[in-house]
Amino acid sequence: MQPPVTESLAANRLQSTGAYALELDGVARRFGALVALSGITMRIAAGERRAVLGSNGAGKTTLFNAVTGDFMPTSGRIRFFGEDITDLPPHERIRRGLRRTYQISQLFKGLSVLDSIFLACRGVSRRRFSLLRPAASDVNMAQAESILNAVHLDTYRDTLVATLSHGQQRQLEIALALAGAPRFILFDEPAAGLSPTERRDLVAILNALPKHIGYIIIEHDLDVALRVSEYVSMMHNGRLFKEGTPREIEADPEVQEIYLGGKHG
Amino acid sequence: MSLAIATDGTTQRNWLEKLGAGHVILGVALVLYPLVASDFFLTQIGGYSLIFGMLGLSLMLLAGYGGMVSLAQITVAGISAYAIAILGNNNSNILGFGWPWWLAVPFAVLAAAVASALIGWISVRTEGIYTIMITLAIATATYYFAQQNYAIFNGHSGYAGIRAPAFWGIGWRDAKPFYYLCLGLAVLSYAAVLYGSRSTFGMTLQAIRDNPRRMRALGYHVTAHKVFAWLLSGVIAGLAGVLLVWFNGRVSPGTIGVDAAIDVLIIAVIGGLRHPIGPFLGALVVVLMQTFAIDIVGAERFNTLIGMVFLIIVFVSPDGILGLWGRIKPHLAQESLRPGP
Repeated sequence: MQPPVTESLAANRLQSTGAYALELDGVARRFGALVALSGITMRIAAGERRAVLGSNGAGKTTLFNAVTGDFMPTSGRIRFFGEDITDLPPHERIRRGLRRTYQISQLFKGLSVLDSIFLACRGVSRRRFSLLRPAASDVNMAQAESILNAVHLDTYRDTLVATLSHGQQRQLEIALALAGAPRFILFDEPAAGLSPTERRDLVAILNALPKHIGYIIIEHDLDVALRVSEYVSMMHNGRLFKEGTPREIEADPEVQEIYLGGKHG
Repeated sequence: MSLAIATDGTTQRNWLEKLGAGHVILGVALVLYPLVASDFFLTQIGGYSLIFGMLGLSLMLLAGYGGMVSLAQITVAGISAYAIAILGNNNSNILGFGWPWWLAVPFAVLAAAVASALIGWISVRTEGIYTIMITLAIATATYYFAQQNYAIFNGHSGYAGIRAPAFWGIGWRDAKPFYYLCLGLAVLSYAAVLYGSRSTFGMTLQAIRDNPRRMRALGYHVTAHKVFAWLLSGVIAGLAGVLLVWFNGRVSPGTIGVDAAIDVLIIAVIGGLRHPIGPFLGALVVVLMQTFAIDIVGAERFNTLIGMVFLIIVFVSPDGILGLWGRIKPHLAQESLRPGP
């Protein structure tokens, strides 16, 4: 039997914000005989920062794909700030303020860093299409410059994306997710392949995000995940099996046994 | 006040600097070319290279910026050429509505653009080799349709007796005016593509080429942008088709055959797909080869020589002549920096 989902933090946040950012009710996803997600019920308040942990194949990225609309759930409903988005195509979800990053960087290798962020800002604006060159006074360009500073890539503004280091490309991934007016972001293993210094930078960038922007982070590096989240959901075989604060999760013997080999802490 | 003026003076470049020395030198050379060239070199080499350069440019726009390799560019140009023959005057005693050029040309280019958008709408559902195969299928089907249809395309014979118009007191069929007409339209197309490559749409297209999935995730309608690129490419190919039918004086299924479709691809690949100048360089090389190879190795072997040159260029530089120049340029720059004896 599936354990009840803890919602105390979300409920507390709800009192102040008046809406859940994300509500999943019994979301399931099958690929033929394979059950990738099963009965996921989760409520995340606006501005909440949650980590979703689990071993490879636990269904974490499938959960993201279901939320963003890359894969439609086989059953269950998804609400975003109170609106049912289950049947909306991905670009409509993006326009409502939902963003994501990818486990493997999905960038534009032939463009410069600034142009990439500019396009990301432009994508969610009303005037996406133009045959003219962007003016220096373009509001999207100004926003792109500001995001560039926020992710510490300002010295690489005109650098071709293909020539960036892996760490810088991961930072650009985050920059693209910050474009427009994001209300909620899904970070898929943003620390994958980063050096210790780059991980420290990543933690600083995530902790410096405006408080109204909530997120879910999938991360195998517990040091990163537990330092940037207020609440943790554990997944196993496509199900949520435990939730708690970072301290509770870190101290949980079952979690230690399954994921940390009983030696953590 | 004075500080502001000084700042403007140091940061803002004038139009000549923006244009670049290479463009200025090339522009002057092309404008002065008729002073030294015979009529043969003006039309058969200059004019023909510019027309095929425009066709290559229409492919470069799709393949270089959009990642969509098309073998149907000559088909699109052919639709425009047939439209000129049908809407204007011809001496084939079939159709030929006698429309004036200023009405027939916009309609012909519009027909080409719409046809190109339709081909794009069909083929954007595919990627890579499958796009090439679909466009090849469309080009082949159009060729056979034109050959077997007499009501519209006049079958194997096609249309003859199509002449470039005379207006503003100039007979545009004459060598020098026709060269300048080709040059004007080629420069216009080149400048539009060059400007467009840095426009919001141009950047969007390049981003879609690099990562369509991410562009969808950023809120862009990927299919609509790709189809619009096909429409723009169709305008350039359509203009080239108008010039081609005025140049040849005729249009037949042979004009839009598979050989011609592959020629356009070879032109774009030889020149390079990284910059709009590439197709014009490729067109010049191919036109020179097609014109003079027969004198060098005889009628039986000239296609072999053309094939060999194509192989050598692609083998030495997969990015074509532009790639070759890109590799030579740094060495030349280093040589110029080296102190003299």
